Amino acid sequence: MIDKIVHSMAEAMAGIRDGSVVLLGGFGSIGQPNALIEGLIEQGAKDLTIVSNNAGTGRTGLARLLELGRVRKIICSYPRSAGSVVFEEVYRAGKIELEIVPQGTMSERMRAAGAGIPAFYTATAVGTKLAAGKEEREIGSRRYLLEEALPGDVALIEAWEADRWGNLTYRSSARNFNPVMAAAANLTIAQAQHIVELGVLDPEKIATPGIYVNRVMHVPYGEPTVT
Amino acid sequence: MSLFAACKPMTRTEMAARVARDIPEGWYVNLGIGAPLQIADHVPTEREVIFHSENGVLGMGPAPAPDEIDRWLINAGKQYVTLRTGGSYMHHTDSFALIRGGHLDLCVLGAFQVAENGDIANWSISDNDTAPAVGGAMDLAAGARQLWVLMEHQTKSGESRLVRRCTYPLTAIGAVKRVYTNLAVLDITDDGFAVRDMVPGLTLEALQKVTDAPLRMAER
Repeated sequence: MIDKIVHSMAEAMAGIRDGSVVLLGGFGSIGQPNALIEGLIEQGAKDLTIVSNNAGTGRTGLARLLELGRVRKIICSYPRSAGSVVFEEVYRAGKIELEIVPQGTMSERMRAAGAGIPAFYTATAVGTKLAAGKEEREIGSRRYLLEEALPGDVALIEAWEADRWGNLTYRSSARNFNPVMAAAANLTIAQAQHIVELGVLDPEKIATPGIYVNRVMHVPYGEPTVT
Repeated sequence: MSLFAACKPMTRTEMAARVARDIPEGWYVNLGIGAPLQIADHVPTEREVIFHSENGVLGMGPAPAPDEIDRWLINAGKQYVTLRTGGSYMHHTDSFALIRGGHLDLCVLGAFQVAENGDIANWSISDNDTAPAVGGAMDLAAGARQLWVLMEHQTKSGESRLVRRCTYPLTAIGAVKRVYTNLAVLDITDDGFAVRDMVPGLTLEALQKVTDAPLRMAER
């Protein structure tokens, strides 16, 4: 019997190694797997590369991971926000490498990784400083940049409902990066508000089929706060 | 500012309303965070314009009443919003695929500078930015079928934001089709800025004095 439900954080985080590329779901705090990020802090892996739309706020969660010096590099579209104090401190101090990626390019690079596509061309960022060092090609009469796939060793994601096969649904805009990250990583760990029996989820509403998910942890934390 | 003794620049609200006037029913529109988000408030609900938010919301409605907030439903500016009847959700990659794929009729962004060749600079004011943040601006600017910009005509210190060439880091090249400022509405043509509309009492000569790039009247 397949059972991807784990019952402890230690079990959820088992095997995450130093130097891993970790994809973190969420857009700001919505759809962000806060409990799993806490679990990663506890677990101890270091020298990480984090892929996340934002770079954390306040002093907890991702910001705490940065403050502890566990992150070597962050790949991000929008690191600066109200409360991104820790990121700004470590970045100014030269303690972290930052790769700024346009948001759509970032998500498509992960989609490509999950879909077995090594690279793709996009018009986004042509003629800007983010094009530096990238192959450019004219196709038709338009200029494009070659962008490489962005796979993860680990994805930490948040879902609304999950079953023991790892099938997932999401709640309104909390879907965001979670499905694409689930498909782009070797080891995908989901926290879910609700665990339901196999067969309860409407197959038409499963947004992430269990094939992309390795572990599910039940984290009924209630309502998120926007940060 | 004696040049403007005879005219009154538009307020932020009036600028948003001015843009809203030009958006026809049936368009799919993304509004950039900041001032452009206000445009939605000026499109009457009976005119069905469908707003997209790049975090995966199509058919975004106005802010909810305090007791009707869905804590999982935010826009790209991380404010609570609602979903209109007929609206839908999608994940980030689909959301940007519809942007990149040219499915949006219009995107309206704020900007620091727009150049007469349609270049836009709106994400960073220095190469030494302490924490540069681009978000989805480059994807939207390159992907939407039409890009309009909503911004003040001049900076607070009186420099023109309509320039011959952008001096700030670029967001996209040759992308902007129209600019709405507190003084005028200008199209970007093969021959540079063409003035479509000005606030009452303003002359082309007076507008030119506060604009770096050369201006001409649009053909009617």
